[in-house]
This record gives sequence, C-alpha cells and structure tokens, in this order.
Amino acid sequence: MRQVTAKPKALTNAPFHYCPGCTHGIIHRLLAETLDEFGLTENAIGIASVGCSVFAYDYFNCDMQQAAHGRAPAVATGIKRVRPQNFVFTYQGDGDLGSIGIGETIHAANRGENITIIFVNNAVYGMTGGQMAPTTLLGQKSSTTPTGRSIGEHGYPLPVSELLQALPGAAYVARTTVTSPSQIRITKRALAQAFQAQIQGRGLGLVEILSTCPVNWHMDPVEALTFINEEMVAQFPLGVFKDFDEEVARDGK
Amino acid sequence: MRIKGRVDVEPELCKGCGLCVAFCPRKVLALADEVNSKGYRIVAQVKPEECNGCTICAQMCPDIALTVWRSGRSKEAV
Ligand SMILES: Cc1ncc(C[n+]2csc(CCOP(=O)(O)OP(=O)(O)O)c2C)c(N)n1
Ligand code: SF4
Repeated sequence: MRQVTAKPKALTNAPFHYCPGCTHGIIHRLLAETLDEFGLTENAIGIASVGCSVFAYDYFNCDMQQAAHGRAPAVATGIKRVRPQNFVFTYQGDGDLGSIGIGETIHAANRGENITIIFVNNAVYGMTGGQMAPTTLLGQKSSTTPTGRSIGEHGYPLPVSELLQALPGAAYVARTTVTSPSQIRITKRALAQAFQAQIQGRGLGLVEILSTCPVNWHMDPVEALTFINEEMVAQFPLGVFKDFDEEVARDGK
Repeated sequence: MRIKGRVDVEPELCKGCGLCVAFCPRKVLALADEVNSKGYRIVAQVKPEECNGCTICAQMCPDIALTVWRSGRSKEAV
C-alpha cells in the first residue's frame, strides 16, 4: 500500500488546540497545502490575529508575527513594504477583521496592498465565548443576543466580501466554505487565485471562508456543517466577487 | 477488481468530532469506546474491508489525525 494523504510540510507537528470538529483545522491544512504547492513555505511570513487562531504562529512552519486585535492587515502592510520579496498573509476571524479591524481591512484593500487575507467567518466571537460578531446572522442566538440578532437592535450582518469587491485595490475576493470535500476543493482553488493576486502584484486578495464554531453554536460538528449549508449560505452567498483575471480578459491587458 | 484502502488513526490527535464517520461513503469508521489521554473518544475502522482509500475522511478531518493508504488494483472481485 502507498500513503495517499500526508500532513503538509508548511505545518509544524504541534497538535491544533481547536475544539472538536472546528473547521479552523481544515482551513489551516488547506492554507498549508497551498503554501507547499506554490513553493512558498520557506519564503512566507504569516500574521496571526487575535481570536481562536491566535496560536497560528505555533502551527505554520514559516515566519510568523502576531498582531494586536484587528491590526493584522496594517502589520502585513508594513512587512510586505519592507520585504516585498516575501509572500505575506494574514489569518483572521470575523470579530478581528470585521469588527475592531474593519478600518485596517478596508484601507489595506483600498490601498491595493499586495497581501493575502484568509478571513475565517464563523459568525461569532469564538475565543471569548460566542458573543455576537458583525457577521452574526439575523435571528441567530449568541451569548449577547440570547433571543436572536434583530435588525432594529443590532443592525444587519456585515457582508465583508461584497463591500471589499467595490474597492479598486482589491484584486481577488471570494467567499467559500469547507462543509464537504467538493467545497474544500473550491476553497483551495480560491486560495490559489488569492495567492496569484499577490504573486503577480495585482493587489489585495481575500478569501472569506464560512467556518463552524460548534461549541458556541451549541451544535454537534455535523449539525454545524448543516447550519452553514442551510442558514449561513442563505445570508452569505458563496462565490467569486472579484477576480483580476476576469479584468485582464475584459481590458485586454 | 477493486482498490483497497486503509486508514491509520493517530489516537492522540483524534478529538472524536465524528466528521469522518459522517462523511465516509462506505461506513468504514465509527467512534470507539476507547478514549485518548485527553478523554476524547477516538475513531476506529469498524469495516476495514470496505475501505477503498478514497481519502474523504482525511479531507474532512480538522486535526490531520487520519492517514490514508491505498493499494493498486487487487485481484478480488467487488
Ligand atoms: C483590543 C482587544 N479587544 C478585545 C479583545 C478580546 N477578544 C479576544 S478574541 C476576540 C474576538 C475573536 O473572534 P473572531 O475574530 O471572530 O475569531 P474566532 O475566535 O471566532 O476564531 C475578542 C473580542 C482583545 N484581545 N483585544
Ligand atoms: S471556540 Fe469556536 S472557533 Fe474557537 S476553536 Fe472552538 S469551535 Fe473553533
């Protein structure tokens, strides 16, 4: 028999600390596989955010920095400008990127920074106990919206990908999920294209990945995947919102 | 003729989340009564003869606890 699956080289041997069934682990693996496939594991510099993925610096086998809550795109900007020869990525949750860090996110995209953002949207603040995030669904119960999010009291869920695609500096913006092997393949293709945006110097690449938080959603891990497929995708439609390649084709550049 | 597979489970990495159990198309896997040092029930091959090494379990595993092996085509009939 021959071995047909293996841990990517871009991951260390540290076991993930995530809760059972949390799809942060799947997303880590896909990102690591993509780093390996692009031959960037030695060259990359990653920025961990604040949230459950704060320990990403222990898991990725490349240089890592950890940024204050929400500031990863600003830190990535600085690193990429000083070291343009390095591949620079951030890995951020929706509380980090969409709430306290939305300013950094919008301005980094608007400046067209050549960085790649992995945006893990699990609709809650996972690390701190499942409080409402900007991306909490309408009607969704969280520890700070015990009767469900309402428009009148809490406003609408923040559609980060739809917002960013409007900015000329954003080269690639897609929303995917990891709820099945086929969705995992689509996510990997999106990561590859977001990598290309940076490699080709096109501007900011962002992949928003709908991810589970079974513990704070009070669901078992399989139910949590169903929740994404049935509830979350209805309010956060999947798809490619912007692709520099299409612009190339249209403009004939 | 059919392809045979095998799944190796790293017991200390498995958290018993059950995603592999739910996704295995041939019902090869189930949670065992055995627990690891963290107290998680770990997954086991309950129908190892059914495994064809498709790798779906490993793709869905958030903890890279599963390693899949596959043989070339075996002589057995399906
Ligand atoms: C400046 C600052 N404000 C607040 C916090 C508390 N805090 C830690 S993690 C977090 C939210 C994390 O949620 P998210 O980014 O969605 O990531 P997840 O844990 O869900 O993966 C907050 C508010 C902090 N660490 N620093
Ligand atoms: S709290 Fe939620 S996001 Fe954080 S590790 Fe647990 S399941 Fe994952």
